[in-house]
Amino acid sequence: MKEINLTALEHAFQSKIDNDIKIEPKDWMPDAYRKTLIRQISQHAHSEIIGMLPEGNWITRAPNLRRKAVLLAKVQDEAGHGQYLYSAMETLGETRDKSMADLISGKAKYSSIFNYPTLSWADIGAVGWLVDGAAIMNQVALCRTSYGPYARAMVRICKEESFHQRQGFEIMCTLMKGSKEQREMAQDAVNRFWWPALMMFGPSDADSTHSQQSLDWKVKRHTNDELRQSFINATVPQAELIGLTIPDKDLKWNEAKGGYDFGQIDWEEFKQVISGNGPCNAERIAARTKADKEGEWVREAAMAYAEKKNSKKAS
Amino acid sequence: MSTKEWPLWEVFIRSKQGLSHKHVGSLHAPDAEMAVNNARDLYTRRSEGVSIWVVESSQVFANDPADSDPLFEPSQSKIYRHPTFYEVPDGIEHM
Repeated sequence: MKEINLTALEHAFQSKIDNDIKIEPKDWMPDAYRKTLIRQISQHAHSEIIGMLPEGNWITRAPNLRRKAVLLAKVQDEAGHGQYLYSAMETLGETRDKSMADLISGKAKYSSIFNYPTLSWADIGAVGWLVDGAAIMNQVALCRTSYGPYARAMVRICKEESFHQRQGFEIMCTLMKGSKEQREMAQDAVNRFWWPALMMFGPSDADSTHSQQSLDWKVKRHTNDELRQSFINATVPQAELIGLTIPDKDLKWNEAKGGYDFGQIDWEEFKQVISGNGPCNAERIAARTKADKEGEWVREAAMAYAEKKNSKKAS
Repeated sequence: MSTKEWPLWEVFIRSKQGLSHKHVGSLHAPDAEMAVNNARDLYTRRSEGVSIWVVESSQVFANDPADSDPLFEPSQSKIYRHPTFYEVPDGIEHM
Protein backbone atom coordinates (compact mmCIF):
# COMPACT_ATOMS: atom_id res chain seq x y z
CA MET A 1 0.00 0.00 0.00
CA LYS A 2 2.75 2.40 1.05
CA GLU A 3 4.72 1.57 -2.06
CA ILE A 4 1.79 2.36 -4.31
CA ASN A 5 1.41 5.73 -2.61
CA LEU A 6 5.05 6.51 -3.18
CA THR A 7 4.80 5.68 -6.87
CA ALA A 8 1.72 7.88 -7.17
CA LEU A 9 3.47 10.73 -5.37
CA GLU A 10 6.52 10.41 -7.59
CA HIS A 11 4.34 10.36 -10.65
CA ALA A 12 2.44 13.48 -9.57
CA PHE A 13 5.74 15.20 -8.79
CA GLN A 14 7.29 14.43 -12.18
CA SER A 15 4.15 15.48 -14.02
CA LYS A 16 4.28 18.87 -12.27
CA ILE A 17 7.89 19.22 -13.39
CA ASP A 18 7.05 18.16 -16.95
CA ASN A 19 4.27 20.76 -17.06
CA ASP A 20 6.60 23.49 -15.77
CA ILE A 21 4.69 23.85 -12.52
CA LYS A 22 7.11 25.02 -9.82
CA ILE A 23 7.74 22.89 -6.75
CA GLU A 24 7.18 24.82 -3.50
CA PRO A 25 8.68 24.15 -0.03
CA LYS A 26 5.85 22.16 1.56
CA ASP A 27 5.08 20.11 -1.55
CA TRP A 28 5.97 16.45 -1.56
CA MET A 29 9.31 15.84 -3.32
CA PRO A 30 11.61 12.82 -3.64
CA ASP A 31 14.43 12.75 -1.09
CA ALA A 32 17.03 12.74 -3.84
CA TYR A 33 15.54 15.93 -5.34
CA ARG A 34 15.69 17.61 -1.93
CA LYS A 35 19.28 16.49 -1.38
CA THR A 36 20.38 17.59 -4.84
CA LEU A 37 18.89 21.03 -4.27
CA ILE A 38 20.39 21.41 -0.80
CA ARG A 39 23.79 20.51 -2.22
CA GLN A 40 23.51 22.80 -5.23
CA ILE A 41 21.95 25.81 -3.46
CA SER A 42 24.36 25.66 -0.51
CA GLN A 43 27.36 25.39 -2.86
CA HIS A 44 25.98 28.36 -4.71
CA ALA A 45 25.52 30.33 -1.46
CA HIS A 46 29.00 29.46 -0.27
CA SER A 47 30.41 30.64 -3.61
CA GLU A 48 28.80 34.05 -3.11
CA ILE A 49 30.18 34.33 0.42
CA ILE A 50 33.71 33.10 -0.40
CA GLY A 51 33.55 35.17 -3.60
CA MET A 52 33.63 38.33 -1.50
CA LEU A 53 37.19 37.55 -0.36
CA PRO A 54 39.24 37.93 -3.58
CA GLU A 55 37.45 41.21 -4.36
CA GLY A 56 37.37 42.53 -0.81
CA ASN A 57 41.14 42.23 -1.07
CA TRP A 58 41.18 45.30 -3.34
CA ILE A 59 38.63 47.62 -1.68
CA THR A 60 41.25 49.59 0.24
CA ARG A 61 43.50 49.79 -2.83
CA ALA A 62 40.94 50.75 -5.50
CA PRO A 63 42.53 53.40 -7.75
CA ASN A 64 39.94 56.11 -7.04
CA LEU A 65 36.84 56.88 -5.02
CA ARG A 66 34.42 55.94 -7.81
CA ARG A 67 36.01 52.52 -8.22
CA LYS A 68 36.02 52.03 -4.46
CA ALA A 69 32.32 52.87 -4.07
CA VAL A 70 31.47 50.52 -6.96
CA LEU A 71 33.55 47.66 -5.57
CA LEU A 72 32.04 48.10 -2.11
CA ALA A 73 28.53 47.97 -3.58
CA LYS A 74 29.41 44.88 -5.59
CA VAL A 75 30.87 43.01 -2.62
CA GLN A 76 27.83 43.97 -0.56
CA ASP A 77 25.62 42.54 -3.31
CA GLU A 78 27.54 39.25 -3.13
CA ALA A 79 26.82 39.08 0.60
CA GLY A 80 23.15 39.68 -0.19
CA HIS A 81 23.16 36.96 -2.84
CA GLY A 82 24.59 34.51 -0.34
CA GLN A 83 21.78 35.42 2.06
CA TYR A 84 19.01 34.94 -0.54
CA LEU A 85 20.43 31.53 -1.37
CA TYR A 86 20.85 30.36 2.23
CA SER A 87 17.20 31.34 2.78
CA ALA A 88 16.13 29.29 -0.24
CA MET A 89 18.16 26.36 1.08
CA GLU A 90 16.54 26.62 4.51
CA THR A 91 13.08 26.13 2.97
CA LEU A 92 14.27 22.57 2.23
CA GLY A 93 14.87 21.84 5.91
CA GLU A 94 18.64 22.39 6.11
CA THR A 95 19.78 24.82 8.82
CA ARG A 96 22.13 27.69 8.13
CA ASP A 97 24.41 26.74 11.01
CA LYS A 98 24.89 23.23 9.66
CA SER A 99 25.56 24.57 6.20
CA MET A 100 28.11 27.07 7.53
CA ALA A 101 29.78 24.32 9.57
CA ASP A 102 30.06 22.17 6.42
CA LEU A 103 31.74 25.05 4.59
CA ILE A 104 34.29 25.56 7.36
CA SER A 105 35.02 21.85 7.76
CA GLY A 106 35.63 21.54 4.02
CA LYS A 107 32.76 19.08 3.55
CA ALA A 108 30.85 21.53 1.36
CA LYS A 109 32.27 22.83 -1.90
CA TYR A 110 32.15 26.25 -3.51
CA SER A 111 33.10 27.48 -6.97
CA SER A 112 36.73 26.64 -7.73
CA ILE A 113 37.33 30.08 -9.26
CA PHE A 114 37.56 31.76 -5.85
CA ASN A 115 40.64 29.76 -4.98
CA TYR A 116 42.69 31.85 -7.39
CA PRO A 117 44.39 35.01 -6.10
CA THR A 118 43.63 38.57 -7.25
CA LEU A 119 47.19 39.85 -7.76
CA SER A 120 46.63 43.16 -9.55
CA TRP A 121 43.89 45.75 -9.98
CA ALA A 122 43.27 44.34 -13.46
CA ASP A 123 42.20 41.10 -11.77
CA ILE A 124 39.20 42.96 -10.34
CA GLY A 125 38.27 43.88 -13.91
CA ALA A 126 38.79 40.30 -15.10
CA VAL A 127 36.76 38.88 -12.20
CA GLY A 128 33.81 41.18 -12.90
CA TRP A 129 33.91 40.66 -16.63
CA LEU A 130 34.76 36.94 -16.86
CA VAL A 131 33.80 35.40 -13.52
CA ASP A 132 30.56 37.32 -13.08
CA GLY A 133 29.95 36.91 -16.80
CA ALA A 134 30.21 33.14 -16.47
CA ALA A 135 28.09 33.20 -13.31
CA ILE A 136 25.37 35.21 -15.07
CA MET A 137 25.28 32.73 -17.95
CA ASN A 138 24.63 30.00 -15.43
CA GLN A 139 22.22 32.02 -13.27
CA VAL A 140 20.01 33.30 -16.07
CA ALA A 141 19.36 29.66 -16.94
CA LEU A 142 18.58 28.93 -13.29
CA CYS A 143 15.82 31.57 -13.17
CA ARG A 144 13.70 28.80 -14.75
CA THR A 145 14.75 26.07 -12.33
CA SER A 146 11.92 23.89 -11.01
CA TYR A 147 12.18 24.77 -7.31
CA GLY A 148 10.24 27.98 -6.60
CA PRO A 149 12.36 29.60 -3.87
CA TYR A 150 15.59 28.92 -5.80
CA ALA A 151 14.13 30.36 -9.01
CA ARG A 152 12.92 33.49 -7.17
CA ALA A 153 16.33 34.02 -5.56
CA MET A 154 17.91 33.69 -9.01
CA VAL A 155 15.61 36.32 -10.52
CA ARG A 156 16.64 38.79 -7.82
CA ILE A 157 20.30 37.92 -8.20
CA CYS A 158 20.30 38.25 -11.99
CA LYS A 159 18.73 41.70 -11.76
CA GLU A 160 21.58 42.80 -9.52
CA GLU A 161 24.41 40.96 -11.29
CA SER A 162 24.30 42.79 -14.59
CA PHE A 163 26.08 45.82 -13.15
CA HIS A 164 28.81 43.52 -11.83
CA GLN A 165 29.86 42.36 -15.26
CA ARG A 166 29.66 45.83 -16.77
CA GLN A 167 31.81 47.40 -14.08
CA GLY A 168 34.44 44.69 -14.66
CA PHE A 169 34.43 45.22 -18.41
CA GLU A 170 34.66 48.98 -17.86
CA ILE A 171 37.83 48.46 -15.79
CA MET A 172 39.30 46.38 -18.63
CA CYS A 173 38.32 49.01 -21.24
CA THR A 174 39.95 51.76 -19.19
CA LEU A 175 43.16 49.78 -18.75
CA MET A 176 43.28 48.94 -22.47
CA LYS A 177 43.10 52.66 -23.27
CA GLY A 178 45.96 53.32 -20.86
CA SER A 179 49.73 52.94 -20.90
CA LYS A 180 51.66 49.92 -22.18
CA GLU A 181 52.05 48.68 -18.60
CA GLN A 182 48.30 48.96 -18.00
CA ARG A 183 47.50 47.04 -21.18
CA GLU A 184 49.96 44.34 -20.17
CA MET A 185 48.40 44.15 -16.73
CA ALA A 186 44.95 43.66 -18.30
CA GLN A 187 46.25 40.97 -20.66
CA ASP A 188 48.01 39.20 -17.80
CA ALA A 189 44.74 39.10 -15.81
CA VAL A 190 42.91 37.58 -18.79
CA ASN A 191 45.72 35.03 -19.23
CA ARG A 192 45.25 33.87 -15.64
CA PHE A 193 41.44 34.02 -15.40
CA TRP A 194 40.30 32.76 -18.80
CA TRP A 195 40.72 29.02 -18.24
CA PRO A 196 39.53 28.99 -14.60
CA ALA A 197 36.44 30.95 -15.77
CA LEU A 198 35.69 28.22 -18.33
CA MET A 199 36.02 25.62 -15.57
CA MET A 200 33.26 27.37 -13.59
CA PHE A 201 30.66 25.59 -15.72
CA GLY A 202 31.81 22.31 -14.26
CA PRO A 203 33.01 19.08 -15.85
CA SER A 204 32.28 18.23 -19.44
CA ASP A 205 28.82 16.65 -19.93
CA ALA A 206 30.37 13.23 -20.52
CA ASP A 207 32.02 13.34 -17.06
CA SER A 208 29.36 15.16 -15.07
CA THR A 209 27.87 12.83 -12.47
CA HIS A 210 24.76 14.83 -11.60
CA SER A 211 23.79 16.20 -14.99
CA GLN A 212 21.12 13.93 -16.45
CA GLN A 213 18.98 13.60 -13.31
CA SER A 214 19.20 17.35 -12.71
CA LEU A 215 18.03 18.00 -16.25
CA ASP A 216 15.10 15.58 -15.87
CA TRP A 217 14.09 17.38 -12.70
CA LYS A 218 14.63 20.72 -14.42
CA VAL A 219 16.93 21.75 -11.59
CA LYS A 220 19.36 22.47 -14.40
CA ARG A 221 17.98 23.77 -17.67
CA HIS A 222 21.12 23.51 -19.81
CA THR A 223 24.14 21.23 -19.72
CA ASN A 224 27.57 22.43 -18.54
CA ASP A 225 28.96 22.28 -22.08
CA GLU A 226 26.05 24.24 -23.58
CA LEU A 227 26.50 27.05 -21.06
CA ARG A 228 30.27 27.08 -21.52
CA GLN A 229 29.85 27.38 -25.29
CA SER A 230 27.39 30.28 -24.91
CA PHE A 231 29.82 32.07 -22.60
CA ILE A 232 32.71 31.69 -25.05
CA ASN A 233 30.58 32.84 -27.97
CA ALA A 234 29.49 35.94 -26.06
CA THR A 235 32.88 36.82 -24.58
CA VAL A 236 35.40 36.41 -27.42
CA PRO A 237 34.04 39.37 -29.46
CA GLN A 238 34.15 41.54 -26.31
CA ALA A 239 37.83 40.72 -25.86
CA GLU A 240 38.58 41.42 -29.52
CA LEU A 241 36.80 44.75 -29.42
CA ILE A 242 39.13 46.15 -26.79
CA GLY A 243 42.27 44.44 -28.05
CA LEU A 244 42.65 41.63 -25.54
CA THR A 245 43.89 38.21 -26.68
CA ILE A 246 42.18 35.06 -25.42
CA PRO A 247 44.99 32.73 -24.29
CA ASP A 248 43.89 29.77 -26.43
CA LYS A 249 45.73 29.02 -29.67
CA ASP A 250 42.98 26.58 -30.73
CA LEU A 251 40.23 29.18 -30.48
CA LYS A 252 38.60 29.52 -33.90
CA TRP A 253 35.17 30.50 -35.24
CA ASN A 254 33.32 27.49 -36.58
CA GLU A 255 30.77 28.66 -39.13
CA ALA A 256 29.01 25.29 -39.29
CA LYS A 257 28.15 25.16 -35.60
CA GLY A 258 27.74 28.93 -35.26
CA GLY A 259 30.17 29.03 -32.37
CA TYR A 260 33.82 28.97 -31.45
CA ASP A 261 35.93 25.84 -31.28
CA PHE A 262 38.27 25.99 -28.33
CA GLY A 263 41.22 24.15 -26.81
CA GLN A 264 41.37 21.42 -24.22
CA ILE A 265 40.54 22.43 -20.64
CA ASP A 266 43.02 21.21 -18.01
CA TRP A 267 40.63 19.08 -15.97
CA GLU A 268 43.42 17.86 -13.74
CA GLU A 269 43.90 21.44 -12.52
CA PHE A 270 40.14 21.69 -11.91
CA LYS A 271 40.16 18.47 -9.90
CA GLN A 272 43.10 19.64 -7.81
CA VAL A 273 41.54 23.05 -7.04
CA ILE A 274 38.13 21.58 -6.21
CA SER A 275 39.65 19.04 -3.86
CA GLY A 276 41.51 21.68 -1.87
CA ASN A 277 44.87 22.10 -3.58
CA GLY A 278 44.32 25.42 -5.37
CA PRO A 279 46.50 28.44 -4.65
CA CYS A 280 44.13 29.99 -2.07
CA ASN A 281 41.87 27.22 -0.69
CA ALA A 282 43.43 27.26 2.78
CA GLU A 283 43.46 31.06 2.92
CA ARG A 284 39.76 31.32 1.98
CA ILE A 285 38.60 28.81 4.58
CA ALA A 286 40.87 30.39 7.20
CA ALA A 287 39.29 33.81 6.52
CA ARG A 288 35.76 32.37 6.76
CA THR A 289 36.63 30.51 9.99
CA LYS A 290 38.12 33.66 11.52
CA ALA A 291 35.02 35.71 10.64
CA ASP A 292 32.77 33.05 12.11
CA LYS A 293 34.77 32.79 15.30
CA GLU A 294 35.25 36.51 15.84
CA GLY A 295 31.56 37.16 15.21
CA GLU A 296 30.41 34.55 17.68
CA TRP A 297 30.28 36.83 20.72
CA VAL A 298 28.28 39.40 18.73
CA ARG A 299 25.69 36.82 17.72
CA GLU A 300 25.51 35.58 21.30
CA ALA A 301 25.20 39.06 22.79
CA ALA A 302 22.48 40.10 20.34
CA MET A 303 20.49 36.98 21.17
CA ALA A 304 20.93 37.49 24.93
CA TYR A 305 19.79 41.11 24.59
CA ALA A 306 16.71 40.07 22.61
CA GLU A 307 15.81 37.43 25.19
CA LYS A 308 16.24 39.91 28.04
CA LYS A 309 14.00 42.43 26.29
CA ASN A 310 11.36 39.75 25.68
CA SER A 311 11.32 38.60 29.29
CA LYS A 312 10.96 42.21 30.47
CA LYS A 313 8.00 42.66 28.15
CA ALA A 314 6.41 39.46 29.47
CA SER A 315 6.70 40.39 33.13
CA MET B 1 28.78 27.20 16.11
CA SER B 2 27.80 26.36 19.64
CA THR B 3 25.55 29.40 19.98
CA LYS B 4 21.83 29.25 19.37
CA GLU B 5 20.80 30.15 15.82
CA TRP B 6 18.98 33.47 15.45
CA PRO B 7 15.29 32.99 14.65
CA LEU B 8 14.06 33.13 11.07
CA TRP B 9 11.82 36.01 9.92
CA GLU B 10 9.68 36.39 6.81
CA VAL B 11 10.03 39.76 5.11
CA PHE B 12 7.23 41.69 3.36
CA ILE B 13 7.91 44.87 1.40
CA ARG B 14 5.57 47.59 0.13
CA SER B 15 7.26 48.68 -3.09
CA LYS B 16 5.37 51.97 -3.30
CA GLN B 17 2.47 53.80 -1.69
CA GLY B 18 -0.82 52.37 -2.90
CA LEU B 19 0.39 48.77 -3.20
CA SER B 20 0.15 46.08 -0.55
CA HIS B 21 3.13 44.46 1.15
CA LYS B 22 4.47 41.45 -0.71
CA HIS B 23 6.56 38.54 0.55
CA VAL B 24 10.15 38.89 -0.67
CA GLY B 25 12.10 36.31 1.31
CA SER B 26 13.43 35.58 4.76
CA LEU B 27 16.39 36.31 7.02
CA HIS B 28 17.80 35.65 10.47
CA ALA B 29 17.77 38.23 13.25
CA PRO B 30 17.73 38.13 17.05
CA ASP B 31 14.70 40.42 17.35
CA ALA B 32 12.09 42.28 15.30
CA GLU B 33 13.99 45.56 15.30
CA MET B 34 17.14 44.00 13.89
CA ALA B 35 15.05 41.97 11.46
CA VAL B 36 13.75 45.26 10.01
CA ASN B 37 17.27 46.69 9.85
CA ASN B 38 18.62 43.57 8.16
CA ALA B 39 15.68 43.54 5.76
CA ARG B 40 16.52 47.10 4.76
CA ASP B 41 20.11 46.09 3.93
CA LEU B 42 19.17 42.83 2.28
CA TYR B 43 16.01 43.58 0.31
CA THR B 44 15.99 47.34 -0.39
CA ARG B 45 19.51 48.13 -1.64
CA ARG B 46 18.03 49.60 -4.82
CA SER B 47 14.98 51.48 -3.47
CA GLU B 48 12.71 48.45 -3.77
CA GLY B 49 10.57 49.52 -0.84
CA VAL B 50 8.91 52.24 1.22
CA SER B 51 7.73 50.03 4.08
CA ILE B 52 8.87 46.76 5.66
CA TRP B 53 6.97 44.14 7.66
CA VAL B 54 8.69 41.25 9.39
CA VAL B 55 6.96 38.22 10.89
CA GLU B 56 8.70 35.45 12.77
CA SER B 57 8.50 32.40 10.49
CA SER B 58 7.37 30.15 13.34
CA GLN B 59 4.23 32.31 13.62
CA VAL B 60 3.08 31.58 10.09
CA PHE B 61 0.44 28.89 9.85
CA ALA B 62 -0.27 27.45 6.43
CA ASN B 63 -2.58 24.87 4.91
CA ASP B 64 -1.18 21.47 4.08
CA PRO B 65 -0.45 21.37 0.33
CA ALA B 66 -1.42 17.69 0.32
CA ASP B 67 -4.98 18.81 1.09
CA SER B 68 -5.05 21.57 -1.50
CA ASP B 69 -7.42 19.75 -3.84
CA PRO B 70 -10.38 19.30 -1.42
CA LEU B 71 -9.62 22.71 0.11
CA PHE B 72 -9.89 24.67 -3.12
CA GLU B 73 -12.10 22.39 -5.20
CA PRO B 74 -15.48 23.87 -4.10
CA SER B 75 -14.69 27.18 -5.81
CA GLN B 76 -14.02 25.41 -9.12
CA SER B 77 -17.62 24.31 -9.54
CA LYS B 78 -19.20 27.67 -8.73
CA ILE B 79 -18.73 29.24 -12.10
CA TYR B 80 -21.79 31.46 -11.45
CA ARG B 81 -19.47 33.57 -9.30
CA HIS B 82 -17.89 34.92 -12.45
CA PRO B 83 -19.56 37.57 -14.67
CA THR B 84 -18.86 35.50 -17.79
CA PHE B 85 -21.47 32.98 -16.55
CA TYR B 86 -24.31 35.39 -17.39
CA GLU B 87 -25.81 36.17 -20.74
CA VAL B 88 -26.11 39.81 -21.69
CA PRO B 89 -28.52 40.62 -24.52
CA ASP B 90 -27.18 42.13 -27.76
CA GLY B 91 -27.32 45.88 -27.74
CA ILE B 92 -25.83 46.24 -24.30
CA GLU B 93 -22.19 47.13 -24.66
CA HIS B 94 -20.91 47.63 -21.15
CA MET B 95 -22.21 46.02 -17.96
